[in-house]
Amino acid sequence: MKKSVTLDIDAILDDRGTRIIVCCGSGGVGKTTTAAALGLRAAERGRCAVVLTVDPARRLAQSMGLTELDNTPRLVSEGESGGQLYAMMLDMKRTFDEIIEAHADPERARQILSNPFYQSLSSSFSGTQEYMAMEKLGQLRRSDEWDLIIVDTPPSRSALDFLDAPERLGRFLDGRFIKLLTAPAKAGGRSAFRLLNAGFGIVAGAMTKLLGAQVIKDLQTFVSALDAVFGGFRQRADLTYKLLQAPGTAFIVVAAPERDAMREASYFVERLAEERMPLAGLVVNRVHESPAATLSGVRSAAAAEDLETRGEHELTAAVLRLHTGRMQLAAREHREQDHFIGAHPTVPIAKVAAMTEDVHDLAGLRRVGELLANG
Amino acid sequence: MDSPDTDWDGVRLHVVTGKGGTGKTTVAAALALALASGGRKVLLVEVEGRQGIAQIFDLPPLPYEERRIAVAPSGGDVFALAIDPEEAMLEYMEMFYGMRRAGRALTKMGLVDFATTVAPGFRDVLVTGKTTEAVRRRGRDGRRVYDAVVLDAPPTGRITRFLNVTQEVAGLARVGPIKSHSDLVHGVVKSPETAVHFVTLLEEMPVQETLDGVADLAGAGLPAGGIFINMVRESLLPQAALDMAVKGRFDVGELALGLKAAGLADGADAGSLAEALAEEVVEHARRTELERAERESLAASTLPRYELPLLTDGVDLAGLYELAESIRTQGAA
Ligand SMILES: Nc1ncnc2c1ncn2[C@@H]1O[C@H](COP(=O)(O)OP(=O)(O)OP(=O)(O)O)[C@@H](O)[C@H]1O
Ligand SMILES: Nc1ncnc2c1ncn2[C@@H]1O[C@H](COP(=O)(O)OP(=O)(O)O)[C@@H](O)[C@H]1O
Ligand SMILES: [Mg+2]
Ligand SMILES: [Mg+2]
Repeated sequence: MKKSVTLDIDAILDDRGTRIIVCCGSGGVGKTTTAAALGLRAAERGRCAVVLTVDPARRLAQSMGLTELDNTPRLVSEGESGGQLYAMMLDMKRTFDEIIEAHADPERARQILSNPFYQSLSSSFSGTQEYMAMEKLGQLRRSDEWDLIIVDTPPSRSALDFLDAPERLGRFLDGRFIKLLTAPAKAGGRSAFRLLNAGFGIVAGAMTKLLGAQVIKDLQTFVSALDAVFGGFRQRADLTYKLLQAPGTAFIVVAAPERDAMREASYFVERLAEERMPLAGLVVNRVHESPAATLSGVRSAAAAEDLETRGEHELTAAVLRLHTGRMQLAAREHREQDHFIGAHPTVPIAKVAAMTEDVHDLAGLRRVGELLANG
Repeated sequence: MDSPDTDWDGVRLHVVTGKGGTGKTTVAAALALALASGGRKVLLVEVEGRQGIAQIFDLPPLPYEERRIAVAPSGGDVFALAIDPEEAMLEYMEMFYGMRRAGRALTKMGLVDFATTVAPGFRDVLVTGKTTEAVRRRGRDGRRVYDAVVLDAPPTGRITRFLNVTQEVAGLARVGPIKSHSDLVHGVVKSPETAVHFVTLLEEMPVQETLDGVADLAGAGLPAGGIFINMVRESLLPQAALDMAVKGRFDVGELALGLKAAGLADGADAGSLAEALAEEVVEHARRTELERAERESLAASTLPRYELPLLTDGVDLAGLYELAESIRTQGAA
């Protein structure tokens, strides 16, 4: 396998200048696990850390005392060195509601919160979850109650979704369609609207036919109400973006040693560079190394075959077959990592072995933390 | 064409869901091949705009058009369709209202993007509408055009909302054409002609999601299908040896002798190599034990279960046919 730089996790955790760690990567690779393990290790090394999780496995959540979405950080454990670990599970809808309440007068807020389109938007998963995770990060940071915030990112299919989500939502609110819907209310205003209005007749007719008049009305109410709080939205998204570019932020990209995940990790690393967001390194999670790596897969297979033809030592032959498979798996995983290292030779890497059992308690998290620090 | 006895005779819409990355697309493709075999005609549909079908069959990106992509074992055709919600909307507006121009204008304005953001239910109803149309479609001879339609569906976390379109758009459109269209979709999706299959791995999170998904589905009155346990590793060691390994009593001495006999090591080296290999055995045994426990949890659901092997070299076309064959021999198609 190609040589790579080692990611020094403890140096990052011990650096008081590190205020935010963002764990990102494609779905199912171990982002939540890594985030929680980093939080625990940080706390045990004296930091006052909060982990913002998005979708922890049920048993892991339970072991941290997180039984429901509640947006309030709970104390999970206290380290000997005065460190503390808090954890919380993101309540996306609640977070969205709070933004609305903060930016609209009570009457308008009520209108928005009870609108069916708002309810659909705020509880649907496409982009809202990402956006709200970022919003919550901003809130936690501004509260300044923790000296380290670790964010887990939502289980998007692509690692990039979460960087794009706030902008997508912004673009959406800024979109032509929204303008069209709000145009009648603003008729006679800016010239762009007049232009739109020309086509509005046909389009409105078609929409009414398609959706029914009530739906159009609901939509219009929703959009114009949202329009009023939109400025505030934009501003917040921009602030969070800046926060992510700040020197106290460290991105940790998590990947499994598999083709799709490593490719996603590559894209993400490139994207972070483009956005001038600080990358700390890559965590390759769930790697399979063999404790008996001195015996190559090829030799092992040949020996197994030899024993089998001789009809001797059946058990040994089976163990050698098992080992062959293991070595083949390790070789495949090395190849996938080599692609990444070839493209990004300077990105520091930490490896975490695949453990037999899922990680579902503090002991498991502690173990992952150790592997992270030593891998 | 004899109808073979399968677990899903009479089912025309096979919806395949599962946790992300467990193999939904792979299983959907293999299931389509299996259902088509013996001279049938099957449509494989994808809806997430990811061109997963093209990738898996090693084809250039699919257009919004039904086209034949594979021939099934012993005759039979698999057609594929990548549903694009925008195109589906245009088609819909033209078909029902003859509004081609207005439709174009609306898509240009970003109606579909908009709908996807504020009301995914709208997009879903377009997509499921197109799918169920293919299920119901009849040829000139009055017979169904497709013997079966297989849908590579959104993941478990979203499947109930996705299929329960009437519920989802009810709050948004109480009356009007969207409402009646969604009722039509609902009629197909809720009927015994539909089965929602789950793909899972023998791991904690996918199994948990599957069980939650099965419960959700039942709660919504949607018809559950089978559970496809994917990427199952064959166990190379006899159960007795595994049991010993789990208890920490694996016979390292015997293994060392075997290694010597195989000429892999001698003396103390044989001992330390045996120790290292025994570590692998113990890990494997514990893994197998956990998998057994996950299998048991799945058994609680009473849905039929099928197991598909882990293809160690990844899934290529030959691998897909292998999975299809396995699906057939287990009676799932
Ligand atoms: N039985 C199998 N043996 C080996 N590899 C498999 C098997 N089934 C699926 N895979 C591989 O696992 C990966 C994920 O499979 P697939 O894309 O079908 O999953 P999916 O559930 O559709 O994922 P997504 O949630 O991203 O849509 C692919 O690389 C696929 O080739
Ligand atoms: N190194 C590891 N060894 C064993 N199991 C792991 C490891 N890392 C993660 N897991 C398990 O994999 C599953 C998915 O991990 P999770 O952190 O929830 O992924 P993500 O947040 O990226 O979707 C969990 O059940 C977790 O316990
Ligand atoms: Mg997660
Ligand atoms: Mg897929």
